[in-house]
Amino acid sequence: MSVLAVAPALAPGKAAPYVIAAYVIFLALVLTYVTIMAVRLVRAEREVAELRREVQDRDALGGDVEERELETARR
Amino acid sequence: MQPPTYARGLRGLSIATIATITLAFGLTFFYAPLDADQGFIQKIFYLHVPLAIVSLCGFVLGGVFAIAHLRTDDRRYDMRSYVAIHMALIFSVGALITGSIWAKASWGHWWVWNEPTLVSFLIVVLMFATYQPLRFSIEDHERQARYASVFAIVAGAFVPLNFIAVRLAQGLVHPRVLTLTGGHLPGSMRLTFLVSLAGVALLYATLWKYELTAKDARMQLRSLRRTVLSDAAVTPLGRSAAPS
Repeated sequence: MSVLAVAPALAPGKAAPYVIAAYVIFLALVLTYVTIMAVRLVRAEREVAELRREVQDRDALGGDVEERELETARR
Repeated sequence: MQPPTYARGLRGLSIATIATITLAFGLTFFYAPLDADQGFIQKIFYLHVPLAIVSLCGFVLGGVFAIAHLRTDDRRYDMRSYVAIHMALIFSVGALITGSIWAKASWGHWWVWNEPTLVSFLIVVLMFATYQPLRFSIEDHERQARYASVFAIVAGAFVPLNFIAVRLAQGLVHPRVLTLTGGHLPGSMRLTFLVSLAGVALLYATLWKYELTAKDARMQLRSLRRTVLSDAAVTPLGRSAAPS
């Protein structure tokens, strides 16, 4: 006897939790993925800000050295 | 600054995905009639079947990109293949879970081991689940990409063969609603199913592009860091399953 033969269709009232569960799980999967992507994006933004700060610090340091070299040359 | 190539068209694709999925959900619950045999539980069909179809197509797509990688030796194809398989795995987990819920409600069992369609799908998923550990086990990035591509091609070719073998099998419990002769779906159900399939396919394409854009941005950032600062300032990449 097949499984279908021993398992009659559920009444709409009884089937609703299963249908809701399936759709909620699907939405939860998508939402989890989007959350992971958002966390990664925040991390990337932080790295960009860090890189920008390091470049600015380096440029500022380079400018000071250049000024001192120019002054030495003038003397 | 030139935007990364992968991000092109992403906004439009995202909007189209949200619109199509909303329409599909609307059609599922407010337009498609109740199935005469299964009743309300058949509504899972509009989610479960598109997820299964799109995930199987995603595995094949991973194989197609892997062929392109081996032919051209372009690492971008390896990345595309990796992301296609990664996304297909997520979708296949969705298909397995929704299928199990449907099976429990419809057949009274979470899983039926003597049903070829279910078991063959599980075999495909388990086979592709070894893809990431395979990549992770190979430290050298060049070799990792090549071996992963060979795996993706062989496993990708197995998907349609497996599908045909199951179709030819006898004693199916799993219903056959999509056949070459037109299937048994009435017009309203067919329309709802096709919109749902389009929605899930668009979702796959959108997430695939998002993942590629994110990975590409991270690689560019790393390369920029190495150029602007120095190699010493960039922490070396550890062993990773993802292409780098």
